[in-house]
Amino acid sequence: MTKTIDKEAVPLLQVRGLTKYFGSFAANNGIDLTIAHGEIHALLGENGAGKSTLVKMLFGVLQPSAGEIVWTGKPQTVTSPGHARSLGIGMVFQHFSLFEALTVAENIALSLDPKIPLATIAEEAAALSRAYGLPLDPSSHVADLSVGERQRIEIVRALLQNPKLIILDEPTSVLTPQEADKLFETLFKLKAEGRSVLYISHRLEEVQRICDRATVLRHGKVTGACDPRRETPASLARMMVGSEVAAVHRADANVLGATLVDVRRLNVPARTPFAVTLKDVSLRVRAGEVLAIAGVAGNGQGELFDALSGEYPVADAETIRMRDKPVGRLGINGRRMLGAGFVPEERHGHAAVSDMSLSDNLLLSRSQSDRTAFLAGGFASVIRHDTIRSAAKRICDMMDVRKSGDDPAAASLSGGNLQKFIIGRELDRQPSILIVNQPTWGVDAGAASRIRQALIDLARSGSAVVVISQDLDEIFEVATNIAVISEGRLSQPFPAGELTLEKIGLLMGGIHDSTHGGETAHAH
Amino acid sequence: MRIELEKRASASSLFQIVSPLLALVLTLLFGALMFWMLGKNPGHALYAFFIEPLLEVWSLHELAIKAAPLILIAVGLSVCYRSNNWNIGAEGQFTIGAIVGSILPVLVPQWHSPLVLPLMLIMGAIGGALFAAIPALLRTRFNTNEILVSLMLVYIAQLFLDWLVRGPWRDPKGFNFPQTISFAKEAVLPELLESGRAHWAIVFAIIAAVGIWFMMRYMLKGFEVTVLGRSERAGRFAGFSSRRMVWFSMMLSGAFAGLAGISEVSGSINHLQPSISPGYGFTAIIVAFLGRLNPLGIIVSGFILALTYLGGEAAQLSIGVSDKVTRVFQGLLLFFVLSCDTLILYRIRIVLSSDRAAVEGRS
Repeated sequence: MTKTIDKEAVPLLQVRGLTKYFGSFAANNGIDLTIAHGEIHALLGENGAGKSTLVKMLFGVLQPSAGEIVWTGKPQTVTSPGHARSLGIGMVFQHFSLFEALTVAENIALSLDPKIPLATIAEEAAALSRAYGLPLDPSSHVADLSVGERQRIEIVRALLQNPKLIILDEPTSVLTPQEADKLFETLFKLKAEGRSVLYISHRLEEVQRICDRATVLRHGKVTGACDPRRETPASLARMMVGSEVAAVHRADANVLGATLVDVRRLNVPARTPFAVTLKDVSLRVRAGEVLAIAGVAGNGQGELFDALSGEYPVADAETIRMRDKPVGRLGINGRRMLGAGFVPEERHGHAAVSDMSLSDNLLLSRSQSDRTAFLAGGFASVIRHDTIRSAAKRICDMMDVRKSGDDPAAASLSGGNLQKFIIGRELDRQPSILIVNQPTWGVDAGAASRIRQALIDLARSGSAVVVISQDLDEIFEVATNIAVISEGRLSQPFPAGELTLEKIGLLMGGIHDSTHGGETAHAH
Repeated sequence: MRIELEKRASASSLFQIVSPLLALVLTLLFGALMFWMLGKNPGHALYAFFIEPLLEVWSLHELAIKAAPLILIAVGLSVCYRSNNWNIGAEGQFTIGAIVGSILPVLVPQWHSPLVLPLMLIMGAIGGALFAAIPALLRTRFNTNEILVSLMLVYIAQLFLDWLVRGPWRDPKGFNFPQTISFAKEAVLPELLESGRAHWAIVFAIIAAVGIWFMMRYMLKGFEVTVLGRSERAGRFAGFSSRRMVWFSMMLSGAFAGLAGISEVSGSINHLQPSISPGYGFTAIIVAFLGRLNPLGIIVSGFILALTYLGGEAAQLSIGVSDKVTRVFQGLLLFFVLSCDTLILYRIRIVLSSDRAAVEGRS
């Protein structure tokens, strides 16, 4: 009897004044957080608000600089993830730690006591996955599984430890709407058993739909604790962002010009065993159009970008045409000289070299397209550092890039500011074609809206823009037409106004047009 | 318990400059310790090793002779290493450069022309470059490891030279000594000054160092080297080809090593013999790193390492220790240079509990 009273009085987890410094920067500053038994608690915040730091301290990956963690009434120093697990804290990371070449059961076994036989683990995992509605075949190889299925492995792996608290970091960022619904059912089952869930997200509707309480972080501090169901998305966003985010302004220029990008039946074999094969991809982008390509991560977006950018030219020159010229076999600089610009997904080590200065990073993408301005001395190609530095400064001013010093290393900029620079680097050339992969991934809301606005403005000035993105909000904000990529196939494009979230979700899940069309044709 | 290296948030810019000096001081300290354990007076020994060779004109000439191949090779290697290609076989390219460069004076000694010397130097450079092209070819076509291939090719080059001077190229009037005929006057790299033996190789070395410094700092090619060395993916995005960079950097460093080889044979030895190098190609790796892969720094570090060769010879005579001490000093220096550099970028952390789960904690 007393025990149940205790249980209700003592919260499962209480965090008091938790602070974490990285150098002089407070990533978390005096965080208070209470999680009761059997609740789904949301941790809301923008990228860089300090959510990951907080969670890493709870899971023992990082040690707090100050403050305390009270677990079931007892102050604890969580020394390691192993310790966290033994206390009853399970964690599902945003980026999975799975070996693609191993089976599901083998991957689960890696995190458990090595003495337990594999067969036992497979049985337990299968039983658990059935009980929680997480269909999973323990003997299948991870490489063959969808992202949603991979996430289930991580969840089952966490559940095998019988945790009292499960932390999920941005679990739906990689899921289709339908897969997300299934995940929510599982979460409700866990809640019904009296387990608690700490649910990290920046998707407001989701949080309102499934969470009992929410704690909002901004700049490392708690800016609000509330019942999300009593708030409006706008009021939650205010707590997250601090001010109203500038809405992206668009006025559809309905007159589209000439076709600038024309891809016909592009087939690209997978370069590595875990890459995606592009199958029969066709797309057409006209001047003034933003074609958005939606899709769950890992369905061929990277491969499509590689083929469009010319980083990996394709076998048949005619399959890709830009401004009416066959460019399939042309390298990236050849395409740039035709007026195309490219922004890859990964900022560090792809779009930019982290420990090089911004001016060097400007030269990185424009050494050939701006040869006459940036290089002197003919064959010797002597770099005009002064010209490039002033061009870099112009770009920083244009895109409002916040930086310290005149020409700092790319690594010293925040993600959002570096992305603004990388986008600005291409916009500065007034490209007639711009191809962007995940333009605002990991970028704060202010920078994201500025980048989206810049993409729309570029299209309105008569360029063709391709935006590959996982973020459906972004897609609806910028797109003229939307196509969906799934397993290396691209759907036909739909005018943005005609698509609903549900329809996109179905397309993302691989329900292809062809089958759809086939059915309708059959019916008629 | 285990020891981990943890990356520092930011590297101290002061220590980045001080680090090579710190490495030198530590080398001297441990050298003194070694002499003391050998029963020698450390002060006297270090003086004989590092100061005495600097006091006489003839030994300054010797210093320049020894520094020349070190600087020339290390400058080429610095381009290689900056582009993340690991040519460890400069010793072999040096040897092949010397052999190919010696074709004219050995096989057509009757051809007397002012063209002989320039042709020899060019052929030496081409020989070295072609020999370095072997690991480049295997790397780009079959993805072999260029470290192993270039290293193993050193032994092939050395044994090939050995076979040549004992067999087909042996001087018939040489009393059966394993060496070729002596080079004619036109085939000998002239001396720089009246006062001693130092020849033009040191000039080549300085020109190469300044030229490569200019390339790395001001030319697009140098930018390409740096970008591809930092991130192949970013290099591809810039339109640079990492494959072509393998060829370029390997053949450039091979050419420089080959030029060093023929210069050494033509200027200092005047014939081919089984051993033409006290390990310049390997010591140049230390030179390159001690000079922080900067061609101007390499000029300085080249002279420092050349001093260890001279000091070794001097110490053999004056204090009676083996010339293997030279190798010990060079090894100590490389060790301290690399460890000082590592500690600039990382801090050491001792982890008491072993928890393999910690590995998982990434996000």
